[in-house]
Amino acid sequence: MSADPGLTGTPGDQPGVPALLLRSGRTSARSVKELVIRLLLQVAAYSTITISLGILFVLVRETIPFFAAVAPLEFLTGTDWTPLLEPRQFGVLPLVAGTLLVTLIAGLFVIPVGSLTALYMSEWASARFRRVLKPFLEILAGVPTVVYGYFALTVVTPALQIILPSTRVFNALAAGLVVGIMIIPTVASLSDDAMRAVPRALRDAAYGLGATRKEVALGVVFPSAFSGIMASYLLAISRAIGETMIVSMAAGSTATITVNPLESIQTITGFIVQVSLGDTPHGTTSYQTIFAVGLLLFAMTLLMNMVSIWIRDRFRDSY
Amino acid sequence: MHTPKNTGHFARSSAMRHRSERRFRTLALLATLAGVLALVTLITGILNDGVAWISSGFFENYPSRSPRRAGFHAAIYGSLWCISFTALIAIPIGICAALYLEEYSKRGRLHRALEILIANLAGVPSILYGMLGLIAFVRMFDQFDEGASFLGMPLPLGRSVLAGASTLVLLILPVIIIATREAIRAVPDTLRQAAFSLGATRWQCVRHHVLPSATPGIMTGIVLALSRALGETAPLIMIGALTYVAFVPESPFDPFTVMPIQIFNWASRPQEDFHHLAAAGIIVLLMFLFTLNGIAVLIRNRADRRLGKH
Repeated sequence: MSADPGLTGTPGDQPGVPALLLRSGRTSARSVKELVIRLLLQVAAYSTITISLGILFVLVRETIPFFAAVAPLEFLTGTDWTPLLEPRQFGVLPLVAGTLLVTLIAGLFVIPVGSLTALYMSEWASARFRRVLKPFLEILAGVPTVVYGYFALTVVTPALQIILPSTRVFNALAAGLVVGIMIIPTVASLSDDAMRAVPRALRDAAYGLGATRKEVALGVVFPSAFSGIMASYLLAISRAIGETMIVSMAAGSTATITVNPLESIQTITGFIVQVSLGDTPHGTTSYQTIFAVGLLLFAMTLLMNMVSIWIRDRFRDSY
Repeated sequence: MHTPKNTGHFARSSAMRHRSERRFRTLALLATLAGVLALVTLITGILNDGVAWISSGFFENYPSRSPRRAGFHAAIYGSLWCISFTALIAIPIGICAALYLEEYSKRGRLHRALEILIANLAGVPSILYGMLGLIAFVRMFDQFDEGASFLGMPLPLGRSVLAGASTLVLLILPVIIIATREAIRAVPDTLRQAAFSLGATRWQCVRHHVLPSATPGIMTGIVLALSRALGETAPLIMIGALTYVAFVPESPFDPFTVMPIQIFNWASRPQEDFHHLAAAGIIVLLMFLFTLNGIAVLIRNRADRRLGKH
């Protein structure tokens, strides 16, 4: 609704509760019911605050004892990560490096592929082609991540091993590529929306000057829709950082700092899964590490999402 | 807007520009088809690996160390139990929250903050919801002694169906709220104005006019959210849903496993035969997802027809 957001009762009952309750018995019973319903809906909406605070509370609550045992500086700058084995080392950088490597591969794949898909759909594709393509993108977006993990492990890695024989069974490249495939719909759909929102008049002006479709696409549409496209990139990257099943199945569990995508690595999410599948006793510092790295993951994705939402809202419809 | 910075653009021959146009168009088409190709490869690969392993035994057997005797029974039933409770809890809360935000809430700073919060929640990695579920539902902040219960409900919830479902509720609630709000927003304002002009209260207007018109959109959103919950793995691993379950849950307080976890378990084993089992499991899981989506499309089409007739 949008006509009058401030409208809370019936139009005649406007300025508020007490006036409503002073009416005839019938109206009063009615307005009590209205109030109760309103309250109920409000509680449901505010429950989302509880969820957010809950996530933050749980992560912080379990991280505090961790930081009592491990210095925060050692955690954030250390380059050795062996929290489950003696001698225990709690330097998180190898996990961060693994996460960023996978994210980088996924980004290098999805940014050109997703953007070109969006450009093609908005500038060249016929209505019929779009109708055929949309369901494909929807299915791609709906495939469970465990299925993508299986795909990375049993199809992509063996294919890579044929092309690049030094590829390990578990490697960052296969995981990153499949994460990239997973987020194609995020980039393509959101960028397509942004490009289709570019007014027709802008395109027509360029065509009138004799521009070709490509010149219009790259010179007019892409720059005009850039804020929306950027927002889609950030959202996709945030999803890549938080992706769990693909990396735990295909990227391995070797926490190392490397730029070689054919090596086995470990991401933040992969480590969390490894610990929760294992038999690390609760309450130990080794177990609390998952909450410390979880908090780090939360901070990284939150930052991405915030910037993405901010860009989207800030520049929406600003033609 | 963009203006050519130099006259080079115009100096280049038209033929050259059109050649470059065709090249770029082909490139963009190829990129578009790359996604389609990936999906086709994925589906055919999985069908190829798993179809032969789908038999009546696969549906009836419990997990086993011997691949030939292993089955998906416990996982299928566990998923159905889990998703039913997820739906039961998430749908009413999600719709109520969306109704409040669209039809009741004043557009102020608080409203804006809630919107941003929900958009952010939708982007929180699912594994973090698993951590919240682990502490808040499975262990309930360690506030209860062993054997404590409330109205016949064991506390803490432990690794039960209810704990898993509650965790998935947290995860899909933002998705349901966002989809429901969009469906409600699509209801034309004239409908509301007509109801108010006849003296309807806000709830009467919502109950009899807004909700019925928005139902198809809401249903579609809910089904998509539930299919996401059905395919989720990470948060349920986090709360400790079991991987070796030789029984079907009989109450919401029983331990359980779900299809994605069983698939993950099989796919993580080195033996080739277990990979075939994983592929067979994936085929069954995808069948469930396609059926759910088919139902969503049917509901939408039927509702469109009904509303169209009025």
